[in-house]
Amino acid sequence: MAKKAAVKVAEEKTDEAIIGFLKSLLEKEVVEAILIPKTLPSQDGFVQTLIRDPEKLNGVCVFSPTMPVQSARVVSNLSVKNLGKKVAAVLKACEIRAAVELAKFLQVKMDNLYLIGIDCPGTFEVTDYARMVQEGKGGESLTKELLKGMEKGELSLPSGYSFRTACQMCEYPVTQADISIKLFGYKADQEIGIEIGDKLGKEIEEKGILSFSENGSPSRSEVISKVIAERTKKRDALFQEFKGIVKDLQAFLDRFSTCVRCHNCMVACPICYCKECVFRTAVFEHDGDQFLRWADRKGEIRMPTDTLIFHLIRMSHMVTSCIGCGLCDSACPSRLPVATLFRSVGERIQKMFQYVPGRNVEETPPVASFKEDELKIESGAL
Amino acid sequence: MADFEPRIVAFLCHWCTYTGADLAGTTRQQYPPNIRIIHLMCSGAVDSIYVLKALIDGADGVLIGGCHPGDCHYQTGNYKARRRVAILKGILEQMGFTEHRIWLKWISASEGKLFADTVTKMVDDLKKMGPNPMKQLWNA
Repeated sequence: MAKKAAVKVAEEKTDEAIIGFLKSLLEKEVVEAILIPKTLPSQDGFVQTLIRDPEKLNGVCVFSPTMPVQSARVVSNLSVKNLGKKVAAVLKACEIRAAVELAKFLQVKMDNLYLIGIDCPGTFEVTDYARMVQEGKGGESLTKELLKGMEKGELSLPSGYSFRTACQMCEYPVTQADISIKLFGYKADQEIGIEIGDKLGKEIEEKGILSFSENGSPSRSEVISKVIAERTKKRDALFQEFKGIVKDLQAFLDRFSTCVRCHNCMVACPICYCKECVFRTAVFEHDGDQFLRWADRKGEIRMPTDTLIFHLIRMSHMVTSCIGCGLCDSACPSRLPVATLFRSVGERIQKMFQYVPGRNVEETPPVASFKEDELKIESGAL
Repeated sequence: MADFEPRIVAFLCHWCTYTGADLAGTTRQQYPPNIRIIHLMCSGAVDSIYVLKALIDGADGVLIGGCHPGDCHYQTGNYKARRRVAILKGILEQMGFTEHRIWLKWISASEGKLFADTVTKMVDDLKKMGPNPMKQLWNA
């Protein structure tokens, strides 16, 4: 059973209350290092930082409103080979869900890893945030405003800015983690909630880091449902709009005409699990004569070839596990709606296998399993 | 469209459907010559890339033939092929390609007639459907 605690915030400094809790995790040796976003010296962005010295936790940004990298990738690098000491990682909901998916593909090892999730109001594009800072709309004042909005689930953003599209349609604002920091439904300048999962509950209680009580925010579940409902509505509208545009493959190619084949969506994707991408192997290196034969057959072919296959095959690999972080969107130099594409296709395929990516590390991804009695597709339509 | 002859690329597993195709030949079953067979050890070895590459570069239909469920020489290859085909078809349908041009069929080594009938039926269906629009996309 998860254990709940309420943490009082002194002098309206919510971040310090959380940092204080994280410090005690380090000082009382619950974990030996913490991975957490920290503000860059330039003040206009954040990076994940691996911290060993509790003092260095001063100045970290637990509410970093950008996602420069998918930290599931960072956690993968960190944990997959010989992580001998306990490390906690402060991640956003989609990063946790991606880490869970990667654990299923044996690319994250959970043995010495403790995931700390934090309620997520949404994130801004990295470049947008840098501009906000220049205009004096970022930093502490933005954090204060966001935390205030999370109490009732009514967020007001600086004018002229919006969250990343993927965040606007994300139905997972709260996390399932070893430690969850709860903000929705809380007056965060006075009190926040912390929930500790089974992996750490006993130790944190024994070391006296938190005192547990069943008291929580009475409005929390209502606020969360409201936020999820709004985002689901946005999601369905975007899916509908996308479906209206992509009526067939020609229409898809028309919409994706500005794809420059940079493969950025693939590089940014936390789920793309192949160690060596097939599109970068000899499979897609052909004889000059082969290109001529293809050109001969159709009269002309686009060069470089295989744009459609690239997107379709990438999808067939990752779409069952797509957790909708939208980093593909952020990485696309042509601003193509790749996240909407992957999510709208993903929804259908995930439903086919009643699979919710990132839900439970014990589940097996659909591409790695089967049932004997399923999918009556033998020479028939789905 | 009367003179349209569909081109089918078939990926057949060594242990069942390929042997079934062999039987169709040795028992003199008649079936249309529109099919180009690619011999694989298992239907589980069919990568979605092969299927798409065939459809984009000139095939009107793709046939994937494997052992009946439970009969796979490698225990589970055909079940994996079935999931892969289902995922690929689901993706294509979601992107507006709803035509039934990818066939998955379980044909055992003893079912030469079933193989001949399958090819006959597939050619018939594809003739009615007309040429594959995917193979005409020069900018794919």
